[in-house]
Amino acid sequence: MSELLQQIVNGISLGSIYALIALGYTMIYGILRFINFAHGDVFMVGAFIGYYLTPQIITLAGGNLLVAAPIILAVTMLGCSILGVAIEKLAYRPLRSRPKLTVLITAIGVSFLLEYGGQLVFGPDPKLFPTLIPSGSVVNTEYIIIGTNSIVVIVTAFALMLLLRFIVFNTKMGTAMRAVSFDHRVASLMGINIDTIISFTFILGSSLAAAAALLYASIYPSINPLMGIFPGLKAFVAAVLGGIGNLAGAALGGLILGVTETFVSGYISSSFRDAIAFSILILILLFKPTGILGRHEREKV
Amino acid sequence: MRKTLGVLAVTAVFIMTYGCVANENKDEILIGELGSLTGTTATFGQSTHHGLELAVEETNNAGGVLGKKITLLVEDDQSKPEEAATAVTKLITRDNVRAIIGEVASSRSLAAAPICQQFQIPMVSPASTNPEVTRKGDYIFRVCYIDPFQGEILAKFMYNSLGLRKAAILKDVKNDYSMGLAQFFHETFTALGGSVVAEQAYSEGDSDFRAQLTALKAAEPEAIFVPGYYIEAALIVKQARELNMTMPMLGGDGWDSSKLLEVGGESLNNTYFSTHYSVDDTSTAVQNFVAKYRSRFQEIPDAMAALGYDAGLILFDAIRRAESVEGPAIRDALAATENFSGVTGKITIDQDRNARKSLVIISVADGALKYRETIQP
Repeated sequence: MSELLQQIVNGISLGSIYALIALGYTMIYGILRFINFAHGDVFMVGAFIGYYLTPQIITLAGGNLLVAAPIILAVTMLGCSILGVAIEKLAYRPLRSRPKLTVLITAIGVSFLLEYGGQLVFGPDPKLFPTLIPSGSVVNTEYIIIGTNSIVVIVTAFALMLLLRFIVFNTKMGTAMRAVSFDHRVASLMGINIDTIISFTFILGSSLAAAAALLYASIYPSINPLMGIFPGLKAFVAAVLGGIGNLAGAALGGLILGVTETFVSGYISSSFRDAIAFSILILILLFKPTGILGRHEREKV
Repeated sequence: MRKTLGVLAVTAVFIMTYGCVANENKDEILIGELGSLTGTTATFGQSTHHGLELAVEETNNAGGVLGKKITLLVEDDQSKPEEAATAVTKLITRDNVRAIIGEVASSRSLAAAPICQQFQIPMVSPASTNPEVTRKGDYIFRVCYIDPFQGEILAKFMYNSLGLRKAAILKDVKNDYSMGLAQFFHETFTALGGSVVAEQAYSEGDSDFRAQLTALKAAEPEAIFVPGYYIEAALIVKQARELNMTMPMLGGDGWDSSKLLEVGGESLNNTYFSTHYSVDDTSTAVQNFVAKYRSRFQEIPDAMAALGYDAGLILFDAIRRAESVEGPAIRDALAATENFSGVTGKITIDQDRNARKSLVIISVADGALKYRETIQP
């Protein structure tokens, strides 16, 4: 029983990080109808921004982690947003009227550029991410141990998801985003500046990737320029699993994937972890091609 | 006209890059180094490279080998076996090197060895401990001990020195080194009368081990054996401590890297690992090497640096004795290596082309590495 509870906690804390990254994939898909494969690498850059800034900001904050952490989060989000918007402006915008496949391949190119450019700039060897969340545990009983970092990860992730939900459903920008995701042309006829909305979407997605990066690096403190590949791929699967283009779906998909992976590793074998996770994806897509929460879209003729 | 010029320019660049293949001139001997300079085990490749560079510089300053200078050509395999095969093929077929030094990781040596064997180019692995590596052919050598010995010593150490009877194993399924070491440890530990109460696996590059650790914890082991590489090992120990698993953890020479303590920090207290040498060894050979290495690279050499240095010197010694730079002659001289005084101990190459050598056990306490004991074969 205690083992089961512990595995659920492990799974949720892993899943909430996947969920945060998955939200970025799903939002950009919702607006632009293409998979931004460079998203996992924006996540990696976020970890490195955190790596270089954390020691300075902690010193500035006089060693107070409670003051320093929100500042680091904000600065990293800003850094990733600038990167996300720059990628969109330089790589995707010039190709917007081209076939989707062209943009997709460009996204893979950008992804490689960031990965191997990262090896050049940051160095190829793994680096130790500074401690942002003090070690220790919040709940420590015979049955279950919930580490401080697990709690911080889960709470931050859920708070950010609620904030995102508020922005998308209760603000003017959010309404415009949803309008653009329905139909670019009609939305622009209604006076919505498409370019602004697309940039805004990249800001939101990249900010969440930045937050995910800090949380991820705090639990797994070894970072390197290729660290974005696997979490990025997993988050992409989570987004498809939940129904790509659907925000709640991405969050749900992330959690399901995290808990499934943990259970497979813990009770069956970690060798089958990815195989089983991907089999579940295939099964769900066989019976519900749009993902768990995805809506069916009629092809316009 | 402009088009013709363009074509000419492109051709010129091609000739400049590919035309002058780095073939050796009369007064040099080309040696290829295959290493993981980048990727998941980057410190293995970089330390070995530094050690080897030191060996080459010393040899050349002392007049070289057979009156010629040693020139080292390095290829990075990014810590990937498939890249190791490509890199070693390039070194042999395009650069025409006389011998290969590399790789540290057994998986990568296993990918490179058949190619060296096929071209009859001697290959000296500094640190691959999986027994399969030198079985790939009679041109493949190593200057370190092998995993049956390492696994046996670690199992005996856990059973006798630490007095523990219930072990758990967490191994890397993608890694020949880790799988082999786990198997030899398992065999010896159960033969001694201990039991392996749980076994779990991960794959190189993973960063979340909490699921496996939670499962291991349920089996209540007294110690955990983690035969993997330093980054994963450090993360595993760190996450285990967060799950209140305070038992001793043990590993093999894959733990030996400055990154281990950097990532794992205080959580590594109460862990032990086997390696090839210790900087705390007071013998003059070791202290001379440490002093030279520190003044050259401003860092303390780890075991991979020492093995890289030894691998280089043994190869140069063999070329000297062979009085030839041809593959078969170097091979025969390497096979005849006897009582070579290296930094990592006296090295004799046995009939299976492995080195019989002593093993060092290091313990971690108060966030620092401590020399514990040396065990003779």
